[in-house]
Amino acid sequence: MRYESPVTTRDAVGLLAKEKGAAYVLAGGTDLLVRLKMGSVEPALVVDIKRIPDMTAIKATKAAFRIGAGVSGAQIGRDKALRKAWPGLVEAAQLIGSDQVQGRCTISGNLCNASPAADSVPAMVAAKAKAVIAGKGGRRKLPVEDVILGPGRTSLKQGELIEAIEVPRPKPRTGDAYLRFTPRTEMDIAVVGVGISLTLERGKVKAARVCLGAVAPTPVLVPAAAKALVGSKLEAPALAAMGAACSAACNPIDDKRGTAAYRIRVASVLAQRAAKIAFERAGGKL
Amino acid sequence: MSNAQLVSTKVNGDVVEFACPTDEALLDSLRDRVGLTGVKEGCGTGDCGACSITLDGELVCACLVLGVEANGREIGTVEGLSEDGQLHPLQQSFIDHAALQCGICTPGFLVAAKALLDRNPDPTETEIRYALAGNLCRCTGYDKIVRAVQATAKDLRKQSKKAGSKRK
Repeated sequence: MRYESPVTTRDAVGLLAKEKGAAYVLAGGTDLLVRLKMGSVEPALVVDIKRIPDMTAIKATKAAFRIGAGVSGAQIGRDKALRKAWPGLVEAAQLIGSDQVQGRCTISGNLCNASPAADSVPAMVAAKAKAVIAGKGGRRKLPVEDVILGPGRTSLKQGELIEAIEVPRPKPRTGDAYLRFTPRTEMDIAVVGVGISLTLERGKVKAARVCLGAVAPTPVLVPAAAKALVGSKLEAPALAAMGAACSAACNPIDDKRGTAAYRIRVASVLAQRAAKIAFERAGGKL
Repeated sequence: MSNAQLVSTKVNGDVVEFACPTDEALLDSLRDRVGLTGVKEGCGTGDCGACSITLDGELVCACLVLGVEANGREIGTVEGLSEDGQLHPLQQSFIDHAALQCGICTPGFLVAAKALLDRNPDPTETEIRYALAGNLCRCTGYDKIVRAVQATAKDLRKQSKKAGSKRK
């Protein structure tokens, strides 16, 4: 295994493009090192991106937050401006693993690992985040929901890597929330996860995004659930309709954490709770 | 087969150099090449926290870091907690509270508890339990560990208050 730690994105892309064998990007390593140990991957090349200054910082511009692909969960948790803008996204990122895992894990890695139960992904989708993807031909931006194709599969092409996640600045009167249901409070994997962002106008929901995790092969953006909330003040019928839309969008499996039927039911309950938190964060009165 | 690479790093303040295969976990480098066997292997997959260390001040599992990644970084292990032969207050408190039995998890708990107290000198019991959720102990049932950390936090706060009033 060749280990490289380039200091520019350009060099990282060059290394990945040239490699004929199996090449892996090393961000936090909390998934890759486990797979290395298990022997489920045998890389010819590992490219560590954490020496690339651009990828290890959170940059705030007027329009967006740019979270470098090597930025750890702990770093995200310490960023006050980001936490103020998107508390749900920050909470989702911080739910991943223990403090030790937080010291390493990244949301870009969470996305690339493409687990259906990835905690940060529904929150990123709700916040309308985009992945900044670098490749030999240059850069492209892709909505986060278009990155994951299935368990462990992404739409990144060979030689491409995620350089950063770009989260837009929230519009005025916007709030977000992420909730997950797990048997344990810590160190567990979501049975259901829900990310929601709401933007209000005159106390009513003007726009919404609802994304479910762990209930289908990929995180699911549910426009019907969002639509059920628009125009409402989260009155009971609107919430119930949103919950029903969430349940209808589920395509889960049975596993040791929960049955498919259970997940479908929990998705509705959890989405309603998350919506209320997002609504209050947006300044709404329940 | 993996090619070896030379790594130059600082461990507990001392410059350390070692060569290791590129796919070796820092946990193994620290134990087998640097001789710091206080870093324990429990699971090797980031679930148990027995190999907790700090890397550039950030709490991490040494099993989830490659040895070669440590090049140019600063590492802190349980061996760096005591000063001039004096146990760190956390270490003494763990003894006083019988917060260990077999001891395999203890170095990880100490490093993680120190990281917690460094950033939050007055944690609630809930905060302590959350902060140590990545450290598994199969002997103590955790209560004694939590009490040891609470007592240390109290002592350290008293000490820093004293030092503060002296300065004035």
